[in-house]
Amino acid sequence: MSKIEKDDHTGVETTGHEWDGIKELNNPAPRWWLGVFVITVIWSIGYWVVYPAWPTLSGDGERGGTTGNTGWTQYSQLAESQAEIMARRAAYLDRFDAATFEVIQADSGLYAFALAGGASAFKDNCATCHGTGGAGASGYPNLNDDDWLWGGTVGAIEETIKFGIRASHDETRFSEMPAFADIFAEDEISDIADYVLNFSANTGFPARGKTLYDEQCSLCHADNGTGDRFQGAPNLSDAIWFYGSKKGEIEAQIRKPKHGVMPYWNVRLSDSTIRQLAIYVHSLGGGETE
Amino acid sequence: MFNKHAVLEKNSILMLIFVVITISIGGLVEIVPLFRMETTIEPVKGIRPYTPLELAGQNVYIREGCYGCHSQQIRALRDEVERYGHYSLAAESMYDHPFQWGSKRTGPDLARVGGKYSDEWHVRHMINPQALVPESIMPSYPHLSRRVLNLADIGDDLIALRAVGVPYSDEMINSATQDAYAQASQDSDYLDGLLERYGEKVIARNFDGETHTSEMDALVAYLQVLGTMAELQNYKHDGTKRGGQ
Repeated sequence: MSKIEKDDHTGVETTGHEWDGIKELNNPAPRWWLGVFVITVIWSIGYWVVYPAWPTLSGDGERGGTTGNTGWTQYSQLAESQAEIMARRAAYLDRFDAATFEVIQADSGLYAFALAGGASAFKDNCATCHGTGGAGASGYPNLNDDDWLWGGTVGAIEETIKFGIRASHDETRFSEMPAFADIFAEDEISDIADYVLNFSANTGFPARGKTLYDEQCSLCHADNGTGDRFQGAPNLSDAIWFYGSKKGEIEAQIRKPKHGVMPYWNVRLSDSTIRQLAIYVHSLGGGETE
Repeated sequence: MFNKHAVLEKNSILMLIFVVITISIGGLVEIVPLFRMETTIEPVKGIRPYTPLELAGQNVYIREGCYGCHSQQIRALRDEVERYGHYSLAAESMYDHPFQWGSKRTGPDLARVGGKYSDEWHVRHMINPQALVPESIMPSYPHLSRRVLNLADIGDDLIALRAVGVPYSDEMINSATQDAYAQASQDSDYLDGLLERYGEKVIARNFDGETHTSEMDALVAYLQVLGTMAELQNYKHDGTKRGGQ
């Protein structure tokens, strides 16, 4: 079998392993390597002292282990890094929270602060539905135009963001158009759609639907189709459509309306962030003054 | 001293004994303290086991490999807390088997996605993500709307989870299928039982707006509850406080 012998060439003992006449020298691990290894082991003792390290059976201390003499935890580190940002924001935030929108708008520094904060929060939270640029999609309102369902002042936008629309919050904005599929006959629905289309585009369609519209629809959407923001009834007299501008799409909405839901952000985002968002959305193009 | 390894290497029984001793030390130090769960799980109120429908949703989530791109773990780092909200607590995933933590994200973290978007958004987004988020690279999952959810043996899932420590009662297991259907419809006669068993906060509605109970219903129900159970407004981190809930 194997035989430990001294290698003539290097003067080192072999391990006794041999493969096809090739023998393995029994060189020890390099001293420098061993030295570094020992130093890292000693170095780790410093970590045990300074940082949370060993689990303990008693379950005392941070996450049930030794706490370390500095008291460092990832949570205190988080609090510190958050405090750093809050300190930077505080230069504006205190004034921002205390100021009315008029004051903010007049103060270019504060206004820029609100827009920057709003833009950043918008990308994180709102862009998924309303689009990165706020252009919306079918069923998700375009925020760049001046066609508002529930109002386009900063205050109204703020309330919408805070409590949502048809959301699960007690103070949410809420309204639901009834489904008219069982109330109107099909030809009546067609007549009403013709009449509604007439508000924005002079289609020349017959006005047969007027009587029905005045009876059933005008209470919310107004006689001339301008809608009612108090109950979120869309303006039908502009050329901006929420669920499509084709007659068939309007008929579908009369038969069995879709009701969009916007979540409430009251707890998820801070009051300050919501206000910054409102000011940002207000600035996109269609903002209204109080 | 460094040349003595030959003794061990030539005696397999001795080697085995030393291997066992070495591994045992590491194992004891790392694992034994975790057996006492109260040392690792923060005291926070509100965490409950998933309802059968939410659990069916988690099964869909796992089957479709959502975890490949989405983690459910918000780290205690400033950037993550700014973007996703309060950092995740161990308690929030204590009934997850398997847990859905992760260190690799292609899509956003979903630990607190519950309530962030509307049901209708989730459904449309699952059917065609690019229709709502043009820059998204998420694949589409339109089949989830079409596939009828198999709830016949969801009770067995509850039994399996109870075996690994999730506190499902016999009553919960026996009424699992009924509870699942109750949660997926707007006004079910069985709703009271569901709320009694799982709490008043359970959201019961027709999640996908379709008449049949689809896999989409289950998945949206699951997504809408993620991160919403813990009563975080009353939670204060206190490193010295122990004791589960």
